[in-house]
Amino acid sequence: MLKINITKELQGSCGAMQLDVNLEVERGSFTAIAGPSGSGKTTLLRVLAGLEKAEGVMRLDTITFQDIKQTLAPQKRHIGFVFQDYALFMNMSVEQNLLYVAKESALVKELLELTKLTELRDRLPATLSGGQQQRVALCRAMMKRPKLLLMDEPLSALDPKMRTALQADILKLHKAFGTTTIMVSHDPSEIYRLADKVIVLEEGKVVQVGTPKEVLLKIQGSQKFSLRGEILEILKADVIYVAVIAIGQQIVEIVLDSKEAEIFKVGEQVQVSTKAFSPSIRHLD
Amino acid sequence: MDITSLDFTPFILSFKLAGITTLILFIIAIPLSWWLSRTRCKCKPFVEALVSLPIVLPPSVIGFYVLVALSQNSPLGTFFEETFGISLVFNFTGLVIASLFYSFPFMMQPLQGGFEALNKNMIDASFLAGKNSLQTVLFVGLPNIKPAVLTAIIVTFAHTVGEFGVVLMVGGSIPGETKVASVSIYEAVEMMDYSLAHVYSLIMLVMSFSVLFGVYLFNHHHAKRIGIR
Repeated sequence: MLKINITKELQGSCGAMQLDVNLEVERGSFTAIAGPSGSGKTTLLRVLAGLEKAEGVMRLDTITFQDIKQTLAPQKRHIGFVFQDYALFMNMSVEQNLLYVAKESALVKELLELTKLTELRDRLPATLSGGQQQRVALCRAMMKRPKLLLMDEPLSALDPKMRTALQADILKLHKAFGTTTIMVSHDPSEIYRLADKVIVLEEGKVVQVGTPKEVLLKIQGSQKFSLRGEILEILKADVIYVAVIAIGQQIVEIVLDSKEAEIFKVGEQVQVSTKAFSPSIRHLD
Repeated sequence: MDITSLDFTPFILSFKLAGITTLILFIIAIPLSWWLSRTRCKCKPFVEALVSLPIVLPPSVIGFYVLVALSQNSPLGTFFEETFGISLVFNFTGLVIASLFYSFPFMMQPLQGGFEALNKNMIDASFLAGKNSLQTVLFVGLPNIKPAVLTAIIVTFAHTVGEFGVVLMVGGSIPGETKVASVSIYEAVEMMDYSLAHVYSLIMLVMSFSVLFGVYLFNHHHAKRIGIR
């Protein structure tokens, strides 16, 4: 069980704010932290790792990371950390990156095989693709056989196909090593696929905790589906109006009447939903 | 002029002085530049200003203070004279001490710049791997700032070889002891021995250029190899 009860003053984009988190994370679980940028997600991970100071108490099972009397150095926490920018040691080969953490050749071999990196073991990080570098970072984080694995938006710089492949690798390692994993992520499909709990942070406070389904599925009442989007433009077409709305990576058009056209403004965040018809899906060509 | 009769002692002395100075400064500057690159201490600008002072101060000012501080009339000079029986001015030891002050910023600035440009997450990753600051500097910090390390060493060395004012004030011109290359050129000109001044100057010019050319060539290739260019 990981117990966190910490506070920290942060300088956010809109002035000072307080990071104030009181959480319990079950052993062996996979928790995702979501929330708008600048809400303190990365800081929370860095505090957990001991890379930044905060007030309060943190415990992982019997190990005290921090209490009133003492703070455990990051060197002694035995945490696996995957940085958003990978942060590989650029002067060392793939294999050396892992061996630097722990001189365990057998574990290196096992991890490289699990992530299909064996053939690249002598290469320098600069010669690898983004996805390959991320896999090395993941393996390196596992070299301490960490009880706690922290990942800061590990897949945000990768294309969707690579993401899916790496999500499988993350899950594989999470299960193989029985780690308690906490991952910062913005991607709903990634959270849904990997996490069994989601924590939403806003301005340093936990505003929502639940299963991915509870947190991510935004439908109310008899709505068949509901999507969040941003109005890009409202056009007049004869007697009706058409709102152009961006939903994720897609653009849709929704018909508005003249009253609605007055209520909604360009740039506004809106919810698009339907009740009357069942949406249908079909294969892409 | 016969090349075989040329006295190379001033050059040997210059290189010996530069070599010792560079080695000592390298050892001192690594921890200090590492600390400066990572500290959030309010005293950082003060320390930085102090370190950079020799760049703007006239060498004669540095020479004067070193002379005052080390002479037999000063507490430090008296202490060394009475305890070890050695004098610190107008000899080689005095030159080394003066050079340490004079060349310090040239070692510090490239190293500090290199450390500051390092990916902070990479340093944190080393800490999380269980390594302390010393291990992190040796195995992650320095190997990832090789061009900065080379620049710091070469520029410090070259700058010490080229020093003149400080050497003259603290060391004088004792042949085989404090008469380094730059002082020899000055003396040759004073005695109107222009051919000797020409030869000495040309040697300095060619060597300085070769060294700098080598540094830039290395940095160019290094940048290419690790994929910056």
